[in-house]
Amino acid sequence: MAQSASPSGRQQHYAVPSPMPWPIMGSTALFLMALGAAFVFNGMLAGWASIAAGFVLLLYMMARWFGEVIGESEGGKYGGWEDGSFRWGMSLFIFSEVMFFAAFFGALFWTRVMSVPDLASIESNALMWPGFDAHWPSAGPAFLEKFQSMGAWGLPAINTALLLSSGVTVTFAHWALIRNDRAKLLVWLALTVLLGATFLGVQAYEYGHAYSALNLKLSTGVYGSTFFMLTGFHGFHVTIGAIMLTVIWFRCLKGHFNPDHHFAFEGVAWYWHFVDVVWLGLFIFVYWL
Amino acid sequence: MRWITTTNHKDIGTLYLWFSFIMFSVGGLMAVGIRMELFSPGLQVMDPDFFNQLTTMHGLIMVFGAIMPVFVGFANWQIPMMIGAPDMAFARLNNWSFWLLPFAATLLVLSFFMPGGAPGVGWTMYAPLTVQMGIGMDLTIFAVHILGMSSILGSINIITTILNMRAPGMTLMKMPLFVWTWLITAYLLVAAMPVLAGAVTMTLTDRHFGTSFFNAAGGGDPVLYQHVFWFFGHPEVYIIALPGFGVISQVIPAFSRKPLFGYASMVYATSAIAIISFIVWAHHMYTVGMPVTGQLFFMYATMLVAVPTGVKVFNWVATMWKGSLTFETPMLFACGFLFMFTLGGFTGLVLSLVPIDIQVHDTYYVVAHFHYVMVAGALFAAFAGIYFWIPKWTGHMYNETLGKIHFWLTLVFFNMIFFVQHFLGLAGMPRRIPDYPLMFETWNKISSLGAFGMGLAQLLFLYVVIDCIRKGAPAPQKPWEGADSLEWTHLPTPVPYHTFETPPVVK
Repeated sequence: MAQSASPSGRQQHYAVPSPMPWPIMGSTALFLMALGAAFVFNGMLAGWASIAAGFVLLLYMMARWFGEVIGESEGGKYGGWEDGSFRWGMSLFIFSEVMFFAAFFGALFWTRVMSVPDLASIESNALMWPGFDAHWPSAGPAFLEKFQSMGAWGLPAINTALLLSSGVTVTFAHWALIRNDRAKLLVWLALTVLLGATFLGVQAYEYGHAYSALNLKLSTGVYGSTFFMLTGFHGFHVTIGAIMLTVIWFRCLKGHFNPDHHFAFEGVAWYWHFVDVVWLGLFIFVYWL
Repeated sequence: MRWITTTNHKDIGTLYLWFSFIMFSVGGLMAVGIRMELFSPGLQVMDPDFFNQLTTMHGLIMVFGAIMPVFVGFANWQIPMMIGAPDMAFARLNNWSFWLLPFAATLLVLSFFMPGGAPGVGWTMYAPLTVQMGIGMDLTIFAVHILGMSSILGSINIITTILNMRAPGMTLMKMPLFVWTWLITAYLLVAAMPVLAGAVTMTLTDRHFGTSFFNAAGGGDPVLYQHVFWFFGHPEVYIIALPGFGVISQVIPAFSRKPLFGYASMVYATSAIAIISFIVWAHHMYTVGMPVTGQLFFMYATMLVAVPTGVKVFNWVATMWKGSLTFETPMLFACGFLFMFTLGGFTGLVLSLVPIDIQVHDTYYVVAHFHYVMVAGALFAAFAGIYFWIPKWTGHMYNETLGKIHFWLTLVFFNMIFFVQHFLGLAGMPRRIPDYPLMFETWNKISSLGAFGMGLAQLLFLYVVIDCIRKGAPAPQKPWEGADSLEWTHLPTPVPYHTFETPPVVK
C-alpha cells in the first residue's frame, strides 16, 4: 500500500471506466427484494415473487458487472495506480463489515454485563421478576422452557481448527501463486474452499442439533438471539467468502492472474482472514466464556 | 441514458444535488404540515397518528435524503477538481452509490401508502415502539439499509479518491480544507453506518423472527437499542456538520482575500471532533436511568467537543480579521452560518449538562438546538457552497440581488421558526406532540408563520438556480478574487466534462 500513497512519477493516466447499466439494475434488484420481503414478513406471500425476481436480477447483474471488470483486468487495463485504489477500497469495505459485527458484539456484551444482571437486581426481583437469577446463558425472566447452551469444546472447537487451517491453506495458495506454481495453487485453493464448506456443514449440523436436542432456538430469549444472529451472520459471510474463493479457483484454472498482478485473489484472501478473525471473537465470547 | 449509466463525477454530483433538492422539498412540505397542525392548540388539520408519521419521515428524509446527499454532491463535483484527479477512484461504484438513493427514498415514501401508514416512531426509531408498527416500519428498515449501503460505498470511494488520486505535489497538508473535512467525514461514515444497519436489523428480527434484543422479558433491553443507535447517531451529527465546516473554510478565506488562519489546527480540530464523536453518544440518553458515573463521563466528554469546535470558530473569525471583506451571497451565508451555528453549539453545551438536560429532555429546546446545527449549520453551509461554486459548475453567474434576498429571507424566517422554540422548550412544551396548552399559543403561531415563510423563500432559491442555469451572465474563470484552489486557478469556466486527465503539477 505504501506505493499507492502518491502516484507521482509513475503512471500518467488513470483508467476512468465506461458507463454501464449494471448499477441501476442492482438498485432495482435490491428494491424488489426489500419490497417483497416486507410483504412476506407481514403475511402476504405474493412477496416471494418479488424477492425471487430481485434475486435473479441481482445474480445476473453481479455476473455481468464482475464479468466485465474481469475482462478489463485481463485485458491489461489496470496498472499499479488502479491497484492502489482496489487495495484501499477492499480494506475499507472490510472495516465497515467489522463495524457491522461490532454492533452485534456490542449487543452481546450489553446483555451479559448490563441488562441480564439488571433484571435480577433487588428492585427488579421485588417488583417485576421474583426469583429470577441472572446467570449466563440466560433467556430472560419470562422464558420458562428448559434449554441448553452450546458448549465450546465439541463441534465449535473443530470448526475453529477448520477455519484456522483454511487461513493457512489460502496463504500457501498465495505463495504458490507468487512462485507461479499453478498446480499447487489450485490444490491449496481447492483445499481452502473444502475446509470452508466443511465448516458450513458442521455449522448446519450444529444448528440442527441446537433446535432438536438442546431446545435452543432463535426465539430462545436473548441468548438464542445473540447466538444465532452472530453465528448466522458469520456463517453467511463464510458462505460469501467460499463462493468468492470458488470463483477465484475457476479464474486460476482459466489461467488468470500472474505473480505480480492478482489483487482479486488477495482481496478475497483478506476477506477470508477477516471471516476467520470474526470467528475467533465468536468462539471466545459466544461459545467459550 | 446518459444520466442513468454515467460514470462522470460531475454528472453524478449534479444528480446528487438535484435529488437532494427534491428530498429537501418533500421533507420541507412535511415540516410545513407539522407547523400547520401546531399553528393552534387542539387538533385541526390531521390526526395524531399522521402527525407522528410526519415528524418521523421529516427527520429521516431531511437527514438521509437532503443533507447527506447535498454534501456528497459537493464531494463529487469538487474533490476530483480540488486534488487534480481525473475522476473518482471508483467511477462505476459512484454511479451505484447515487442510484441506490432514489430507490431507498421510494421505499420510505411508499410506507405512507401501506396499511397503518408510515411508522410514527420518530426518526430515531426507538424500540419497543418500532416492534409494534405495521408493514411501513419494515419498508423504512429496508430503506435505511439501502441508504446506509449507499453512504458506505460513497465513503469508501471518497477516501480512496483522496488518498490515492492526488496530483503530484498535492500533499495531504496542501489539500483544501473541504477535502480534509470530507476525508474525515467519510471515515466516520464507514465506521458508523454499519452500526445503524445492525441496530435496524435487530429491530427487524425482533419484529418478525422472535429474537429478544430489545425485549426485557427475554433478557434483552430496549435501552440497548438506544445505545447502538446513538453510537451511530452521534457521529452522524458530525457527518452532517463536518463537510459544511469544509465549505465554510473555503468560502471565508475567498471573500476575506486571506489564506485560512490556522490551517493545520483546523485539520487537527476536525480530526479531534471526529474522534470525540465516538465517545459521547449517551448524552442523548441521560434520562434512561444510567449510573451517575456514566452521566458524568458522557457530560465531560461532550463538553470536550466544544474545544476543537471553538478552535474552528476562532480560526474562521481570525481569517476575517483585517481581511479585505466583501459580502456576496456565499459570504453572507457563511456569516449567517458562523453566528447561527455558534448559537446551536452553545445550546448544545447547555444540553450537555446533565441536570439541565434532564429538565429539557424531549422538549422544544432540543428541537431548537439541533435545528440550529442542522439548518443554520449544515443547510446554510450548503447554500454558501452552492452560490460559491455554481458559476464554476454552470458557467453562469447567479443573480446577486436575488441571492442576497434569499439569504435574508432564510435567515429571518429561520430564526422566526426556531429561536422562539427555545422559549417553548424552557417553558416545558414537549416535542412530537400535536396538541399543546393555550399558554404556548403565541410562540407557536410565530414559529408556524416562520415555517411557511421559510418554505416560500426556498421557492425563490429554486428560481435563482434555474435562472442562473438558463440565462445567467457568463462567469469568468475565477469570479471570486480570493479563491485559490485548483478548480479556480487551473480550470476554465464552465468546467469541461473531463478535467485533469493528466494530473497537474502542484507546487
